[in-house]
Amino acid sequence: MTAFRAVIARDLRLAMRQGGGAGTALGFFLTVLVLIPLGIGPDVALLQRIAAGTLWIALLLSVLLSADRIFEPDHDDGSLEIMVLGPLPLELIVVAKAAAHWLVTALPMAIAAPFLGLLLNLDPNLLLPLGLAMLLASLALSLLASLVAAVTVGLRRGGLLLSILMLPLYVPALIFGVAASSAELMAGSRGGALLMLLALVLLALVIAPLAGAAALRAHLR
Amino acid sequence: MQQFANPRRFLRLVALVEPWAWSLTAILFAVGLYMSLIVAPQDYQQGETVRIMFVHVPAAWMSLLAYVDMAVASAIAIIFRHPLADLAAKAAAPIGACFTFLALATGSLWGKPMWGTWWVWDARLTSMFVLFLLYLGYIAVWHAIDDPARAARIAAIVALVGAINLPIVKFSVDWWNTLHQPASVFRMGGPTLHPAILTPLLVMGTAYLALFVTLHLTAIRAEIMARRLRQMELARADAV
Repeated sequence: MTAFRAVIARDLRLAMRQGGGAGTALGFFLTVLVLIPLGIGPDVALLQRIAAGTLWIALLLSVLLSADRIFEPDHDDGSLEIMVLGPLPLELIVVAKAAAHWLVTALPMAIAAPFLGLLLNLDPNLLLPLGLAMLLASLALSLLASLVAAVTVGLRRGGLLLSILMLPLYVPALIFGVAASSAELMAGSRGGALLMLLALVLLALVIAPLAGAAALRAHLR
Repeated sequence: MQQFANPRRFLRLVALVEPWAWSLTAILFAVGLYMSLIVAPQDYQQGETVRIMFVHVPAAWMSLLAYVDMAVASAIAIIFRHPLADLAAKAAAPIGACFTFLALATGSLWGKPMWGTWWVWDARLTSMFVLFLLYLGYIAVWHAIDDPARAARIAAIVALVGAINLPIVKFSVDWWNTLHQPASVFRMGGPTLHPAILTPLLVMGTAYLALFVTLHLTAIRAEIMARRLRQMELARADAV
């Protein structure tokens, strides 16, 4: 457990001291949100209708953009091999890296998203469901991101491959995320969508460490 | 299964079977196309466009079958370290991608006169599209990694994760939006299609299945040859 915490703490410290912490991902998130009205037009009614979906797309893109930083720097400087030799099972290292990625990237965005949604004239009644759905979905996104990052670690042009592999995995989270925060549905089915998101998180929690660790082992063999 | 782990024995079998498999495929396609394009009646609503179904539906079946084939071969490769399973999975991917593309393209040709648009974001179309992306990702993994043994392991992991993901995608997009007609051949209580349509469809399905199996055998043979070629080139490079 100490080693598990140490991996997370190390990643958090690294993110704070060299990557600007949560700032970069939030900055990208904000940029997408500013570009959308410029591309679509300032019509307030239209923006309100697409606000929730736009926030989801921006969240997915920001997670995608930051995913190749999960294992790549550790692979480059050799610390990944030290972690593999260490006492912690590789599966738990994948979970720890995903947790660090979630704390640095996905969590700040999930918290900020409902408020940034006001820029797109988001319906205030949706603030709470959207925030909840994003908190849950971002957990699944970070876990899946660490899985795909483990698959593509150390590859030339890994970034491009990463996006092709990741987008199909994100489809269910996006669909249920949007359903949980959409204005048109009944409150009951909104709760159902939240439960489905929770199921996706649990499934990702099982699959991502197993498959991610297998991929890392194949890479470092 | 293990007795075909020896590539030489497998190649002997393929050399024996291949001419027969290709002939059977050709005959089945000749019969199936004649039945579906000439014998089968027009639909009273859809007219001649109903004939697109005879090439569209079997392509969709084969696109799924090829993925199942790929996933099972990947699982065998990971669990038993069967030396030909990797090659079988690798060989199935481009064939499956082609069938998926064929299903998407013929579906879109049918959709234009029927729904009045080339593409709709309906549940089945969307999940077929995601399936196509999964094939592309799998093929891209093989191309991105130079060392074949490492590429095989990583690609197998990708195929298996995709196999878990695919039913979830299917379920979630069904829930999201449905416009496509529900399944009418493989369903509880027997098919709803009239025999005059069903028979040519099943013959075409068998023809597509024969085509898939034959192409797969040929592609595995080509993969074995390519690997031998690579080893010979490596040996020559060492000798120089």
